[in-house]
Amino acid sequence: MIRLVDVSFRVGTFELQSINLEVQSGEYFAILGPTGAGKTKLLEIIAGIESPASGEVWIDDQNVTALPPERRRVGFMYQDYLLFPHLTVRKNIMFGLHDKTRSEKARRVDEISQLLGIQHLLTRRVSGLSGGEQQRIALARALAPQPRALLLDEPLSALDPKNRASVRTELTSLQKRLGTTTIHVTHDFEEALVVAERVAIINKGEIVQLGSTEEVINRPNSAFVADFFGSENLFKGEIARRDAATGSEDVAYNAVFKTASLQLTVIAERDGTAYAMIRPEDIIVSTEVVHSSATNNLKGRIVKVEAAGPLVRLTADVGVRLVALLTKQSLASLKLDTESEAYFSIKAAAIHIF
Amino acid sequence: MRNQIKRPSLMTLIFALFGAAIVVFLVAPIIKMIFTGSQQGLAEVLSSSDVRNAIALTMVCALLATVIGMVLGVPLAYLLARRTFFGKQFVEAVVDVPVVIPHPVVGIALLLVFGRNSFGGQLFNRLGVTIVGDIPGIVLAMLFVSVSLLINAGRDGFQRVDSRLEGVSRTLGYGSFRTFLRVSLPLSWRALLSGAIMMWARAISEFGSIVIVTYNPKVASVLIYDRFTSYGLSYALPVAVVLVLICMLGFALLRGINARGDQLKAL
Repeated sequence: MIRLVDVSFRVGTFELQSINLEVQSGEYFAILGPTGAGKTKLLEIIAGIESPASGEVWIDDQNVTALPPERRRVGFMYQDYLLFPHLTVRKNIMFGLHDKTRSEKARRVDEISQLLGIQHLLTRRVSGLSGGEQQRIALARALAPQPRALLLDEPLSALDPKNRASVRTELTSLQKRLGTTTIHVTHDFEEALVVAERVAIINKGEIVQLGSTEEVINRPNSAFVADFFGSENLFKGEIARRDAATGSEDVAYNAVFKTASLQLTVIAERDGTAYAMIRPEDIIVSTEVVHSSATNNLKGRIVKVEAAGPLVRLTADVGVRLVALLTKQSLASLKLDTESEAYFSIKAAAIHIF
Repeated sequence: MRNQIKRPSLMTLIFALFGAAIVVFLVAPIIKMIFTGSQQGLAEVLSSSDVRNAIALTMVCALLATVIGMVLGVPLAYLLARRTFFGKQFVEAVVDVPVVIPHPVVGIALLLVFGRNSFGGQLFNRLGVTIVGDIPGIVLAMLFVSVSLLINAGRDGFQRVDSRLEGVSRTLGYGSFRTFLRVSLPLSWRALLSGAIMMWARAISEFGSIVIVTYNPKVASVLIYDRFTSYGLSYALPVAVVLVLICMLGFALLRGINARGDQLKAL
């Protein structure tokens, strides 16, 4: 467990203001915020690399505020991994095992490198390794001494975008297997939502919202949080691949995304909990069912009409809140206003699943 | 266009001409000296115990000064690179002071502090160490004029080590001193070594302050001066040549280390 009580920090004009936070044992927690919000500083304070101006840091019912980092038993991974360039991969992983016997060291290095699939790299020097390899080694180095908590500072941002999603999945399954309390800092809301159960959103040195991922996307408590998620149409639900459900061979639109009050046909490559995001400009509004290539046709009541520059923003209740953008001319020709009924069509390909 | 050789501009040509003038000015006297000197009495010089003793004394004193500089200067270099503290700018200025003081003035200042009737001199006397007019005086004078080279090189070297690497080491259970030994030192040893060689070479070439603090026993530069004033150029020259060759050797070593460092960085 990690607990921050009224933690404040100040350097130059930058400030963290009375941060309160509690991360449960074994939890995967995300801290989300724009660059410069103070996320890295917060991790450094938990690790003891920085000292707070005031407040307390607790790890597993121990007040560690006054303890130096070497006595906190917290693993830390920076976004650029920071392997020791003067040591081999094996020596890097062994670095935190200095109080163990020779045979214990060897066993632990074997164990952890097997877990992360890096046995073949052990004798290599650090220079010339790929980003993904460096990341695994940094992770192995942090995990080898069996830390009480793992702090990850933007662990995926230095990776090739192609590999990011798969490494993200690996990271969460590794954490589940080890059960290490983990705090994952990121500026990417997709990443935060996928890896964590709970998330704190931080801006200008302050936690602006803290809660389950569902809470923060469904009930953002400020314009900042809402904006940060970039889309008003963001839903958390379950994916069931249709071929599993009905035996259909249809591969183009092969999945159903379900929440309590919404069901959408989507394109997805996996089952389970997922997020669906629809850009408001990708929603086609009409007054009757249109036959088009769109596979999702939702019926709902318009609750709000607002001007948004040259466009109009419609908020409708289709079981969930849905926001669509259309031009003023379209709105006029459709003769739509608040309380009108309307149809909303969305192509499966326009729904971003993550 | 491949066969067309790109012609240097007029500006490049003029700059190269000016540059060549200064390079020739730097190199010509040394080369001239080496070739003049080698025709005369090099063998005599090397067989003379005076000269051999002076050169050995210079080397050993410079080495001692460098070792003291390492022990006392490297910790300071680390503090200057890593910590902020009250009076840091003052300390940084003090480190650079020897560069701007004329060296005979250094000698006089050392006489005042370590002379026979001064507090420092009497303190060391009670410990059985004579400073002025003896070997410790040579070492101290060398230390004074050359240690800033080591401290500044060390500070730059430590600054180039990402301080977050030290943070990672701390989270892995190493205290600050073990982190210094296991991470900061191995990652900046090249800078420290090149700083030490620079310091050593500078110490060997010192004359102005040593001649005031300790005329006898004579270090190489004092011996050259002594021979020049007592017997003339032809006596001084061979010793000068030997000293120059030794300094050049150290310098070549330094360049070699730095070049290899750049190569490693490029990998």
